[in-house]
Amino acid sequence: MLDILTSPFMVRALIAAAATGLAAPAVGTFLVQRRLSLMGDGIGHISVTGVALGLLTGTSPTLTAIVVAIVGAVSIELIRASGRASGDVALALIFYGGLAGGLMLVSIGGSGTATINSYLFGSLFSISATDVWVSLALATLVVGLCLALMPQLFSVSNDEDFARASGLPVRFYNVLISVLAAVSVSVAMRTVGLLLVSALLVIPVATAQQFSRGFRSTMLSAMVAGLIAAVAGVTTSAYVDVPPGSTIVLVALLGFAVTAPLGMVLQRRRLARVPFEMPAQPEEQEVEGHHRHQHGPGCGHVAIEHGDHVDYIHDGHRHAVHGGHYDEH
Amino acid sequence: MSEPSAVPVVEITRGAVVLAGRPILRDIDLRVAPGEVVALLGANGSGKSTLVKAAVGLLPLASGQVRLFDQPLEQFRAWSRLGYVPQRSTITQGVPATVGEVVSAGRLARRRPFRLPRAADRHAVREALETVGLADRVNQQVATLSGGQQQRVLMARTLAGEPDLLVLDEPNAGVDLISQQAIADTLAALARRGSTIVVVLHELGPFEPLIRRTVMLREGRICYDGPPSQLATSGSGEHGHGEHCEPVELPVRVPPMSGLIGEDR
Repeated sequence: MLDILTSPFMVRALIAAAATGLAAPAVGTFLVQRRLSLMGDGIGHISVTGVALGLLTGTSPTLTAIVVAIVGAVSIELIRASGRASGDVALALIFYGGLAGGLMLVSIGGSGTATINSYLFGSLFSISATDVWVSLALATLVVGLCLALMPQLFSVSNDEDFARASGLPVRFYNVLISVLAAVSVSVAMRTVGLLLVSALLVIPVATAQQFSRGFRSTMLSAMVAGLIAAVAGVTTSAYVDVPPGSTIVLVALLGFAVTAPLGMVLQRRRLARVPFEMPAQPEEQEVEGHHRHQHGPGCGHVAIEHGDHVDYIHDGHRHAVHGGHYDEH
Repeated sequence: MSEPSAVPVVEITRGAVVLAGRPILRDIDLRVAPGEVVALLGANGSGKSTLVKAAVGLLPLASGQVRLFDQPLEQFRAWSRLGYVPQRSTITQGVPATVGEVVSAGRLARRRPFRLPRAADRHAVREALETVGLADRVNQQVATLSGGQQQRVLMARTLAGEPDLLVLDEPNAGVDLISQQAIADTLAALARRGSTIVVVLHELGPFEPLIRRTVMLREGRICYDGPPSQLATSGSGEHGHGEHCEPVELPVRVPPMSGLIGEDR
């Protein structure tokens, strides 16, 4: 029963899927932070033209896809940075131009829909040893840069104005994120296919951020979630007759769906607890006058921030100013 | 208090800013000497936020020049000397981030890429968080903090970079009194140590004791530049600065509103 998992084509598929599962969420975390979750989708569409160019000219479709994806990703970023208002319309023009152009080129080349299908929907069980090495190398590059430049990329995605005022080359880092996204799309192309690429960039991040409090922990757990989804998806499709690409994505979605209620409870509890997370048990202080004075900084009562207002500990309970009186919180 | 011989920390000469074809700032001449604490006041839409953004290089000048630490802005590279605290930040959006992660971003003007944080970096982050009274919140998610605490996180992020010049954009907007006081106390301590501070304010509030010089903006022009004590009487023209200001309309009485048309965010 385990034989199938150790057969060469299966080993290759597992390695390639694992590389994708690790690399895609690493870049995806920055895309989600920058509210560009669908950028992977756009790059995927553009890559269709790249694949078609490769098929038409007889060069490696992976190579041409990477080149075209990078060109497309950089132009998306430059359009976004320059004309902010009409940015999404410009993106749509590029996305669908890329997809339609690719399909047109394929039909001109006469290579048929079967070939392009293997790129649109993935062809994990038919990849060669060279493909695996290329995937591994590119995934290592993506993961390595994402981890090594995390402070800089985090700052640029988290608060662009502040990053610029710290002297960071914001434009360069934004383009770098786009290029890394393009590279991971090309890696994922063989695994889940160009039409489902965005799912691996985004879904593991969505799953991870339900539980994590920090950026780094979100990224690392998203990579773990991506890895699990990729390996579980490939394994499932080895035993059940289903295509690996869509199985990986559905497993990732299932992971999100299963953890969502848990994450919601956890988040609600965390939010509810926050105002009461005190450094030490607040002590009541002796204050002259009973209910006669106005609470304020330095009034002698211990002050606690409580959501959007401030409570003052008074006689063992909390006072919150409300109109002319105090509510007890 | 400010020696005229000293090289100004911020120097704007005949500065003008145009946004989407609309002139926002005109004829701005402003010199801030080392160690000065300057409050920028003015009604909504008077251009005070735009002025600080232009001063730190976030908005281009249509004409005129900005110099920071005696360098034209285009050639300015000593970014670690500049500390900018934005008015409203995006730190709570998107992927969760901890207080420690956000504040650590303040060290990046001093840290090279591909280098791990050094002891000095960690120390500066810890000290900055202690200064604003959030040392126990390092691992807490920023989005779960109150508005005032988030503002203090922004403050700590800038302090972690150990800048010589602080430029703050309305640090007390929508902030509870305790956080306002904490921020004012922090600035007072920095001012005593000789930092130069330029702060956009809607009202002086708890900042009043540390402000020695106020610059009033009105419709994109500076209409008063002098000590806050004379701001109220500046309309009489006796002090020679405020000939454009209406005597009856005190800027500090403007109710804090946002979202008005023409608001300079």
